[in-house]
Amino acid sequence: MTDPLDPARGTPVVTIRNVSVKYGPRPALQDVSAVLPAGAVGLLGPNGAGKSTLIRSLLGFIAPDHGDMRVFGLDVRHAPLDIRRRVGYMPESDAHIPGMNAVTFVAYCGELAGLPRADAMQRAHEVLHYVGLGEARYRNVETYSTGMKQRIKLAQALVHDPDLLLLDEPTNGMDPKGRDEMVALIRDIAHERGLNVIVSSHLLPDVDETCDHVLVLARGRVATQGPIAGLKGHGQRVFEVRVKGDAERFAAALQSAGLDCHDTDEDVMRVLVPEGRGSRDLFQVAAQHGVQVRHLRASVRTLEDVFVEAIGAP
Amino acid sequence: MPIHDQGYRRYTGRRGPRGRGWWVIARAGVLERLRERRFLALLLLAWAPFMVRALQVYASTNFGQMSFLAPDANTFREFLDQQSLFLFFITIYAGSGLIAGDRRANALQVYLSKPLTRVEYVAGKFLVLAIFLLAASWLPAMALLGLQMIFSASPDFIRDNPWLVPSITLFCVIEVLVSSLAMLALSSLSKSRRFVAVMYAGMMFFAGAVYEVLRAITGGTGWAWLSPEDVFDALAAAIFRAPRTPELSLPVAVTATALFIAASIFILDRRVRAVDVVT
Repeated sequence: MTDPLDPARGTPVVTIRNVSVKYGPRPALQDVSAVLPAGAVGLLGPNGAGKSTLIRSLLGFIAPDHGDMRVFGLDVRHAPLDIRRRVGYMPESDAHIPGMNAVTFVAYCGELAGLPRADAMQRAHEVLHYVGLGEARYRNVETYSTGMKQRIKLAQALVHDPDLLLLDEPTNGMDPKGRDEMVALIRDIAHERGLNVIVSSHLLPDVDETCDHVLVLARGRVATQGPIAGLKGHGQRVFEVRVKGDAERFAAALQSAGLDCHDTDEDVMRVLVPEGRGSRDLFQVAAQHGVQVRHLRASVRTLEDVFVEAIGAP
Repeated sequence: MPIHDQGYRRYTGRRGPRGRGWWVIARAGVLERLRERRFLALLLLAWAPFMVRALQVYASTNFGQMSFLAPDANTFREFLDQQSLFLFFITIYAGSGLIAGDRRANALQVYLSKPLTRVEYVAGKFLVLAIFLLAASWLPAMALLGLQMIFSASPDFIRDNPWLVPSITLFCVIEVLVSSLAMLALSSLSKSRRFVAVMYAGMMFFAGAVYEVLRAITGGTGWAWLSPEDVFDALAAAIFRAPRTPELSLPVAVTATALFIAASIFILDRRVRAVDVVT
């Protein structure tokens, strides 16, 4: 078993310095700087935050307007083919080679990545078994369900045994069972098989369950980055609060008092209290606005709290 | 059974040198086409004129009273002219989906996420079409030349026409280059192979029709460069040293061909990308 926090794996896999990318006049990435360490790294952000642009730039699909990007120390501008040799990419949208069955498709991808023909075919069988498509490997990919298409995309990214996997929204369109299996696969790849993985997702649980490190993007900028465990444990305390009265006015009052809060699916709000302050401040605001606090419980800081705080949205 | 039981193993074997992706693409493309019976039938049909010409050569070399059928250099030019019809259908059948299919299935980002340049990708696709087109033009022409020597039991024909082999080769290469690049460029413009086929057929026929209309209006042949048929005619006349004066001068035909190739490459450069950036 490979420990992702092993010092031997401590050298950065990806280094990004002041990178800006524009689509015409619209900026997609603005002055992004980040160091992505070895192990599993999550790229988090709402839709349009620049996650896919960042991944495509790392592959050399899109040339940054400014800045410097390196993967395994190789410059993206000057050595894109050397990088792609060591990288496996699972695109966000459905992608396959038309007219091929799964094993032919994956073996073909292996050959394109430089594997000898016989080895590519053997690896294709192994990888298809690994991703759970062993029984369906002779079926034409075009007949696959959405979940199977996600798996085949993972298989083609894995077939040449890359040192880094770039997974763009890997659980898109999958049912809960399929999603759990995909998450388990990613966790296994990153934590048991020694591959470095970058998971781009707008789904917090996916990143939370698979990654050790996170880079949060918002509107093309880095909102926050660091080890997930560190970010969760950093600084603030969290309280779950249920109130009787005007909850919206109370939330606004909390915000103006410097206490971040956001709603959950239920009628509970999560209040982020900065270091040095406590539940007393919360009660004071409630009293000032005539709101009854009916439920207050100290909670654990989650990745969602980190995310909400980072992107600055309620 | 949990899926993890199948395990993932690191690859410890050797990896080939970079720059062979084009060959992988070409081989897969050719094999895929050869698995289709309808396409095989089309290829066989494309060899039908060769069979007729072979009989002609046999008869002229073995029966004195049939010597009027004896082939000359112009026979090969006429043969290649005949093959143009088959090349048209082969180009449409084998070429229309080459890039359009990949665009429909988002395969370009799969290809280009591998250590493969865009040039290698296009070269691989080009080779798929070029192999079949040469198999229906250059190969039967050369086979016919070989039969002529075998049936006459003498190399005199080649000795008398030493420029014939390079002429056939040059004409076939130009024809295949133009047809393949044009088809690939059109194929990169759409996700539908049917639409690409219609565009290609339209381009070949429509350009000729436009020229005919302009000729009728202006009374001159100044617009002949618009018609692919006339451009190839002019090139063939020069390459095969034909006595007939074509409607188009050689420099204009060469310039039109070069511009056509340049336009096709320009389109391919713009369209063959892993990501379409819409601004």
